[in-house]
Amino acid sequence: MQASDRFNINSQLEHLQAKYVGTGHADLNRFEWAVNIQRDSFASYIGHYPLLSYFAIAENESIGRERYNFMQKMLLPCGLPPEREED
Amino acid sequence: MEILDADIARVQEERRKKEEELAALTSVSFDKDLYGAGNRFEGYEESIPVNEEDEEPQNTAEREVARKLASYTAPKSVLTDRPRGEVTDEDLGLKKPQRIIDREDDYRKRRLNRILSPERNDAFAMGEKTPDVSIRTYADVMREETLKREKEETLRLIAKKKQEEAEKKVTEPAAPADKRTQLAPPAVLAPSAVGKKRRNRWDQNQEQGEPKKSKVVSEWDAPDATPVPSRWDATPTPGRVSVDATPSVSRRNRWDETPTPNRLADADATPAGSITPGATPAGMSWDATPKVAGMAAPTSKKQRSRWDETPANLGSVTPVVGATPSAFTPGVTPMGGIELATPTPGQIALRGPMTPEQYNMLRWEKDIEERNRPLSDEELNAMFPMEGYKILDLPASYIPIRTPARKLLATPTPLGGTTVYAIPEEDRTQQFDVPKEAPGGLPFMKPEDYQYFGALLNEKEEEEMSAEESKERKIMKLLLKVKNGTPPQRKTALRQLTDKAREFGAGPLFNQILPLLMSPTLEDQERHLLVKVIDRVLYKLDELVRPFVHKILVVIEPLLIDEDYYARVEGREIISNLSKAAGLATMIAAMRPDIDNIDEYVRNTTARAFSVVASALGIPALLPFLKAVCQSKRSWQARHTGIKIVQQIAILMGCAVLPHLRSLVEIIEHGLNDENQKVRTITALSLAALAEAAAPYGIESFDSVLKPLWKGIRSHRGKVLAAFLKAIGFIIPLMDAMYASYYTKEVMVILIREFQSPDEEMKKIVLKVVKQCVSTEGVEAGYIKQEILPEFFRNFWVRRMALDRRNYRQLVDTTVEIANKVGVSDIVGRVVEDLKDESEPYRRMVMETIEKVVANLGASDMDARLEELLIDGILYAFQEQTSDDANVMLNGFGTVVNALGQRVKPYLPQICGTIKWRLNNKSAKVRQQAADLIARIAVVMKQCYEEQLMGHLGVVLYEYLGEEYPEVLGSILGALKAIVNVIGMTKMTPPIKDLLPRLTPILKNRHEKVQENCIDLVGRIADRGAEFVPAREWMRICFELLEMLKAHKKGIRRATVNTFGYIAKAIGPQDVLATLLNNLKVQERQNRVCTTVAIAIVAETCSPFTVLPALMNEYRVPELNVQNGVLKSLSFLFEYIGEMGKDYIYAVTPLLEDALMDRDLVHRQTAASAVKHMALGVAGLGCEDALIHLLNYVWPNIFETSPHVINAVMEAIEGMRVALGAAILLSYCLQGLFHPARKVREVYWKIYNSLYIGSQDGIVAAYPVLQDDENNVYSRPELMMFV
Repeated sequence: MQASDRFNINSQLEHLQAKYVGTGHADLNRFEWAVNIQRDSFASYIGHYPLLSYFAIAENESIGRERYNFMQKMLLPCGLPPEREED
Repeated sequence: MEILDADIARVQEERRKKEEELAALTSVSFDKDLYGAGNRFEGYEESIPVNEEDEEPQNTAEREVARKLASYTAPKSVLTDRPRGEVTDEDLGLKKPQRIIDREDDYRKRRLNRILSPERNDAFAMGEKTPDVSIRTYADVMREETLKREKEETLRLIAKKKQEEAEKKVTEPAAPADKRTQLAPPAVLAPSAVGKKRRNRWDQNQEQGEPKKSKVVSEWDAPDATPVPSRWDATPTPGRVSVDATPSVSRRNRWDETPTPNRLADADATPAGSITPGATPAGMSWDATPKVAGMAAPTSKKQRSRWDETPANLGSVTPVVGATPSAFTPGVTPMGGIELATPTPGQIALRGPMTPEQYNMLRWEKDIEERNRPLSDEELNAMFPMEGYKILDLPASYIPIRTPARKLLATPTPLGGTTVYAIPEEDRTQQFDVPKEAPGGLPFMKPEDYQYFGALLNEKEEEEMSAEESKERKIMKLLLKVKNGTPPQRKTALRQLTDKAREFGAGPLFNQILPLLMSPTLEDQERHLLVKVIDRVLYKLDELVRPFVHKILVVIEPLLIDEDYYARVEGREIISNLSKAAGLATMIAAMRPDIDNIDEYVRNTTARAFSVVASALGIPALLPFLKAVCQSKRSWQARHTGIKIVQQIAILMGCAVLPHLRSLVEIIEHGLNDENQKVRTITALSLAALAEAAAPYGIESFDSVLKPLWKGIRSHRGKVLAAFLKAIGFIIPLMDAMYASYYTKEVMVILIREFQSPDEEMKKIVLKVVKQCVSTEGVEAGYIKQEILPEFFRNFWVRRMALDRRNYRQLVDTTVEIANKVGVSDIVGRVVEDLKDESEPYRRMVMETIEKVVANLGASDMDARLEELLIDGILYAFQEQTSDDANVMLNGFGTVVNALGQRVKPYLPQICGTIKWRLNNKSAKVRQQAADLIARIAVVMKQCYEEQLMGHLGVVLYEYLGEEYPEVLGSILGALKAIVNVIGMTKMTPPIKDLLPRLTPILKNRHEKVQENCIDLVGRIADRGAEFVPAREWMRICFELLEMLKAHKKGIRRATVNTFGYIAKAIGPQDVLATLLNNLKVQERQNRVCTTVAIAIVAETCSPFTVLPALMNEYRVPELNVQNGVLKSLSFLFEYIGEMGKDYIYAVTPLLEDALMDRDLVHRQTAASAVKHMALGVAGLGCEDALIHLLNYVWPNIFETSPHVINAVMEAIEGMRVALGAAILLSYCLQGLFHPARKVREVYWKIYNSLYIGSQDGIVAAYPVLQDDENNVYSRPELMMFV
């Protein structure tokens, strides 16, 4: 990064973006990104009622159960994080 | 010979006469009405308003400036609208950098009396150890304070006793007299004694003999927000001694007090008074820092006395200061005796702190000395031939006149005066005004800086210095750079100070910063910078600041009562950071001793500081301490301060006190029955502040104080009563209607009694309380009418009330509030006669009240008789006014006429007659006002069907278009505009076809008010009545309008641009467009930008298809400015036309393609923003194919680094996200998110993030399908479900 754009609007933009959970950065690995994707997906399923009811019918579960399941899955959506190789 | 003399005398006489005549001709005589007659200080504030109640309506400053510059100023909006960073012009009334001390009043100057006490023990750092005797602990400080208090007390008692004795002596001689006469003397004496007592009723602790200051009047209700000293609770302070002419016994004995600037004369007597820590040659080894003395303990933990502390370090210096002039007699090298490498700057420091006057003297002297210094031997040698002259010895009796005093203040150049001679002549002359370059790239030093930074001029080698010394030197350098350096220097120095704060250590840092802040010659900017340094350093030092908390407070607390708002905020911020860094316990330990300090100033600032601590660390944390302080048995000062802290907390934190309201009230409630009057008063004021902060909630918390308050108002008088009333005034609005009504009736008796009070402050409070009571729900109109109104009007509606500004405001407000309850006619009926009063300020007050009442409630309530009286009165007042800066009369007239509406018809001829007569007045102001009035009543005239009258006025105004005063001309144009607006284009007289050509030349006028009104009028005509004017005239106007695009005021530029649109609509876009496109070639950027906007507006008003072909054709001109202008027009165009853009998107795509591939950055930038607007406009309208095509051209630009370009590109991509959907953009992104090159990844993730934030939900469906691996699940099986 050049000295000149240290203070310009774009760096502010990045700073602003960094405040949101779920945004990424250049060092994000596959696992972290996948976790975000999964959580966003679950949040989206729960947020769209028709989608939720669709899943409920497909799985033959109650809508409430589905919602609960999705929320539970958000905890560790992809399982435990892999061991870091390098450090 | 005699004839010759006579001749000469005659000639001289003649010449003198001629000169006189000439002088009479040429002497400048100002037009009174232009430049204003009378006192040039009129209208200035005599005192500084510090209370929020005192605050003027914001536009006073504008009004003031406008008044002074009435004839050649710009409209006020421009004055407020000035772009920042412009060169400030003092003519415009903007502030020049000034020294803080110059604007401080006596009370605020008392900050200089405070002492930077030695640092204290940090109990936390100590652990279990017993503190070393040499360290000042909390106990020591407390003991010192007690001692001081006791001393004060004793001295007071002595003084009292002496006075009693004196009184006795007066009475005793009468004793031996016979019985009849024996009775008489006491009777005679009684009044005087009583008089004395009365005077001291509120200030029992004050000296009897203290002369009362005359300016005090308004300050005693101040504590609720004012930093102003409340005189009546002021304890005698040392600082006043030098001010008051009569030295009272108790105060004389301030031998251990810091010398204040007022006492500088004897600064030499106390060697390096402790306030000048820079006094020692080293600059930083000020009295209490043990460092220099080789870690020797600061003498003792006993009572600190300045003179037994300092000498240790000052050993070598003292003799010089005290030295007799003989030390400087010729022969002895003037400063040689001192062990300083370069003596001069240090010399100054030796003199202790100097007053600003002395500094000025110093500057002068330096200059004069430099020019007039005696010639040295070498110089003489160079001037005179070597041969033929003999050098004589000095006569034995010769003594040079150079006085030692002057010598002492001699040129503070490190080089010494004489060696400069080597430099060629012309260089030397130039040097006179240029500040001496300090060595090592340091910024220049002002003479007053030498006492702090003098050491930097010592050309000492780095190697010779000890580690400590070089560290101190480093800090000093950085501080000097921060204080005097250029912005970049300052920035780096500040950063270095911050980064190395812990390395430097708290001690060395604060020992240099704090004395600087106490310097009497500090300027606002410098203080701001130094405070900033403290703030930054605090963050870094954290708990290391603990020993310095009190010192920091001493310099920062004065900021809390500074008149400058930003200084107050800054002070609060620092104290809040300080308390977070040091912790509550340390803060309390540091400030507790000051709570019952004998100096009221110290207590006041401490209370404020405590409130900041409370807001930083939370009220609950401070509650136990406050409770203890407020119940202190030992001194009323402690209770007073404690309660004041609560008041300040309420003021500072506002409704945030609500959760703790009950405990705060409980803490202070007993103060209402305190034995000390001042404590009772401050308690009531604190309750008022709490109630104000809590409003409209929290009445239940005040339950316990209602009884003592209401009982109190029956038993108290004077200031205490006023405070109690104030509290009641704030509590009543919190109550339910029923209770409010009951309590109001209870208090009203007292209020009505106090209506007659001659005391100004009491009046203000009573008015305020009446306002508060009246505005509460439970108080009925009938009650007000019967009980309050008669007395109210009898006592308050008198001429005297109009003279004081604050009384005036308060009275108007209260009356308006009453009117809201009892209706218009009652109030207006009572005051309407006074519109014909002979006192103009009073008439103005009446008018303002009527205006506000009528504006609030309308005029439907008035009967015919009142209406007649009102109009009559208003006409009288309007005509009789001599000065009306605030436009009270004008506004009042306008409001009333508008409120009356059609009912004003019978009076219109009379009103118009007045206006016409005044339009012809000699005074420009009167003419202007008359024109303004037309603008205000035009609508009503239309309602009254007085079109003929308006037409007539139109003609009259038309005739006055030759007006030469721009302000007046602007108003006349405004009036014409108002008439045209209501009467319509067709009925307008003079006819539009005559009016407009007359306006064209006026467009050339550069005055903003004229420009604004003229362009509005022209625009209006272009909009509504363009057909009345030939196209040729419109084209002429078009050319004039181009010039107006240069206007500084945005409103004018906007009106101009809009007018282009109207004209284009009227005469067709072709000609206008040609003019505008030509204008794209001009150099000036602002002009081009406005032109592009105008093109876009023309396109919007005349449909884009009429404009686009010509515009796109213009892009072929191979000139950067033109092409960019075209692109910019396109960008604006698509912004304005929005959805309409879908028809043109395909037409402009090739052009944008080209622009997005251009080598020029600006092309791409502007094209990108055009794409953005286009995309946003056509979102959802089925233009995805073209947009994706354009996106492919935009996308490669994502790696641009120029901030504007990348910004435009990002926005274009955002626009695309809206138009195309997030999924498509995500697919563009995915290519680069995990690119091997970090630079690429960074950019892509940035785009991804803005995509994610913008439509997080939208991309869920478009995420790539990831494969599971052995440990983790990455796939999203739910999406595979199928029913």
